[in-house]
Amino acid sequence: MINDILYMNGYGIYVWSSFIFTLTSFGILYSVVKLQLAKEQKKFEIKFNNLASEKIELAKKQETYREILSNTSTYKI
Amino acid sequence: MLNYFNPKNTILIINRLQKYVLILFLLVLVIGLLEALVLSPEDYKQSDSVRIMYVHVPSAWISLGIFSIISILSFGILIFKNKNFHLITKSLAPSGFVFNLIALVTGSIWGKPTWGTWWAWDARITSMLLLAVFYLMFILSWRVVDNNEKAIKVSSIIAILGLINIPIIKFSVDWWSTLHQPASINLLKETSIHSSMLLPLGIMTAAFALFSILIFLMKYNTELIKIKNKGLDRL
Repeated sequence: MINDILYMNGYGIYVWSSFIFTLTSFGILYSVVKLQLAKEQKKFEIKFNNLASEKIELAKKQETYREILSNTSTYKI
Repeated sequence: MLNYFNPKNTILIINRLQKYVLILFLLVLVIGLLEALVLSPEDYKQSDSVRIMYVHVPSAWISLGIFSIISILSFGILIFKNKNFHLITKSLAPSGFVFNLIALVTGSIWGKPTWGTWWAWDARITSMLLLAVFYLMFILSWRVVDNNEKAIKVSSIIAILGLINIPIIKFSVDWWSTLHQPASINLLKETSIHSSMLLPLGIMTAAFALFSILIFLMKYNTELIKIKNKGLDRL
């Protein structure tokens, strides 16, 4: 059964390489986009932490800012 | 409920949607892979090589679909100067390009056992390669052009020019004598593919569509955070 699935009447090399290429492409694209997102969140977090305290209080009132920071590891508001 | 449609809540909605779409994608992908690799029958003519269709065809459909959306929105960018449209097109392009590459590579792998060659300069394959060039130009225009307003214009023009290639890809197998077979699935005529193969094809298409939605949401979120980052200066 396993051999049949792997061998696929001699077409296994073509079928498996197609599926592996597809899934690897998915993995690479997902990782790159995830990294870019994490990088932007980190940049936002650093900039937010360097704001003056009254500006931080002002920003805290905005739900959008709270939502962005909710995904960062070091800052929770 | 209506509060969710408030533009201020876009990041909130995207953050929540991302998690659900990822779970749904993984679930549908596992079912699709099981159907495509194990449960679906082999073809009487192509034998097991037909299974390549389950990744090749959905990738081609989605890359074409994404480029069509990008092109149509690009008209909106140039005519209505809609600022949100360019964020959407910019966020859609990476997954469209990757699906285009997958369609080309898996098509090439399929070609070897089926036609005896990895590549042929036939109308369908060449026009798909041209689509990849348009995708690449669209993505690179954001990196090459420094001025943001100019980059929006240049990328929109590239997308609109690329729209001409879409009907050429679709009808290339009818207009010219090509190695590539004509469409087996037709919305207007009878579909020539058996239901036992149509099911895994449908599931894999759904999985790939969910993946492109996931990547779009993550990219769109990144672009929004970049804007909000600039917004902190104005506080």
